Amino acid sequence: MKRFIGFIKKEFYHIFRDKRSLFILFGMPIAQIMLFGFAITNEINNVNIAILDHSKDETTKEIIHKIASSKYFTIAASILNETEIETAFKKGHVKAVLIFEKDFSKNLGKENNATVQVIADATDPNTANTISNYVSAILQNYQQQINVAVKTPYQIIPKTRMVFNPELKSVFMFVPGVMTIILMLVSAMMTSISITREKELGTMEILLVSPLKPFQVIIGKVVPYIFLSIINAIVIVLLGIFVFNMPVQGSYFLLAAESVLFIITSLSLGILISTVSASQQTAMMISLMALMLPTILLSGFIFPVSSMPLPLQIISNIVPAKWFIIILKGIMLKGVGIQFIWKSTLILVGMTLLFIGLSVKKYKIRLE
Amino acid sequence: MKEDTVIIVDNLTKMFGDFTAVNNISFEVKKGEIFGFLGANGAGKTTAMKMLIGISNPTSGNAQVAGFDVYKNPNDIKKNIGYMSQKFALYDDLTVKENITFFGGIYGLTRKKIEEKRCQLVEELGLQEIVNELVGSLPLGWKQKISFSVALLHNPKIVFLDEPTGGVDPITRRQFWEMIYKTAHEGTTIFVTTHYMDEAEYCDRVSIMVNGKIEALNTPKKLKEQFKVENMNEVFLKLARG
Repeated sequence: MKRFIGFIKKEFYHIFRDKRSLFILFGMPIAQIMLFGFAITNEINNVNIAILDHSKDETTKEIIHKIASSKYFTIAASILNETEIETAFKKGHVKAVLIFEKDFSKNLGKENNATVQVIADATDPNTANTISNYVSAILQNYQQQINVAVKTPYQIIPKTRMVFNPELKSVFMFVPGVMTIILMLVSAMMTSISITREKELGTMEILLVSPLKPFQVIIGKVVPYIFLSIINAIVIVLLGIFVFNMPVQGSYFLLAAESVLFIITSLSLGILISTVSASQQTAMMISLMALMLPTILLSGFIFPVSSMPLPLQIISNIVPAKWFIIILKGIMLKGVGIQFIWKSTLILVGMTLLFIGLSVKKYKIRLE
Repeated sequence: MKEDTVIIVDNLTKMFGDFTAVNNISFEVKKGEIFGFLGANGAGKTTAMKMLIGISNPTSGNAQVAGFDVYKNPNDIKKNIGYMSQKFALYDDLTVKENITFFGGIYGLTRKKIEEKRCQLVEELGLQEIVNELVGSLPLGWKQKISFSVALLHNPKIVFLDEPTGGVDPITRRQFWEMIYKTAHEGTTIFVTTHYMDEAEYCDRVSIMVNGKIEALNTPKKLKEQFKVENMNEVFLKLARG
């Protein structure tokens, strides 16, 4: 035990004396969560739009007022004729233009219908889509308002309720995702680098010639990273709760237990990577290519797994992050207990055992 | 095993697939002896040594180190030997003091014992000025000496040195050999690989490996007589060329 404490102390010296690893350990999580939380968002807020109003009557004024007063849009310009539309888009300061046809009110009164054209700048397709949806919603709303007196004979009214994230905040999606990435990065990449570093320096050989058993060496190397990863997980959850009002509906205990499980899964992956790579560079490349990319792209963090092509959906099953994100979202947003996430948990346990088994098999105890 | 024999190697062989790295070698090393293990690069000396220090399994043959069998008791061997690699592997980002504490710790030395050893080392090597410096900032010669002392912290019966003088200047090499002499004089067996032939002259006995086999084993003096040459370098060249 005393040997073990000495070993861990040494490991902490390594970590705290290396500015780069300190930065990855503590700077990255905070930077990433802030970045994803504040800068990267699917919501639209105060989007600049322009209006081309050919009729300028009571109704169009009311509609324009309604749009302007929503928090989603700011009316940045009024355009006088069609030729200006293109210029406005090319300048880039408006994202959409609304065109009200001539005699809008009159048409509405006489023929019972009038048209508004929505032209959106689709260089950013997601935003364009969202803008057009929001505008339609506002118009629909206005239509219902003026139809109050009239009874439409047949009416189907969809009543949508967004459960688990009623305000559709994208940060609720990013917190679990960032937490997954960070834990993966710290646990897998840092451990694989620190183990291969000892190989490169030749100190691993010295350790293996010492009476320490190989598994003691490995455990001594990973334990500090378990501690640091747990601290990171706590920091991320706290940031989520206090800065972004992310709820934790389920049990904190379950959240902690599942996080520790995922940390161990990542660590075992890190150990596996270190057994197949001879240098720190290789370990880093493998970690980045084989872990980070799938973790970001295939885990369902940013792109929903269900809308991927079938082959990618199948591949996504072997990405540990996918299962952890399901678990995190389950606990944090849905407030579910273990009875709903035991399958994902079991898959992570299985993966961990597999990685450890492979490492033991691959680990060259007797340095060939 | 005779009282004063600390290494017995009997028909030891190591194969990597079809390639025979170490081919049926046999020899004995006595207590307090400086045993030079020579050979060109790729002759198999590092592989042979790795089998003796318990980090590589022999393909066939027997060996006993410090009285323990390499198959049955590799852990007892590890407790009784010291090892210094050609990289002088210490932790660059730890101070001299922290390195000593760490390596003493993994050999299970008590804190008091480590403290005692450290003071002794500081005194003997004149480390007063640098004991709190990071190892990475020290010149190679210092690293080598400290690395050797660290390998001796737990008073091993045998210390294995794998090309311990690679890359250091002749004066430092000379000083290092003085340390080796002193250690051997105190009863520790030294098993050293090298390819500096002038160093071979310092050894009590020398074995020369060529293509996995031990082609010659005797005192430097006798080897020179046997091959009728002036120095070890010529002995080596004669053997290596076949």
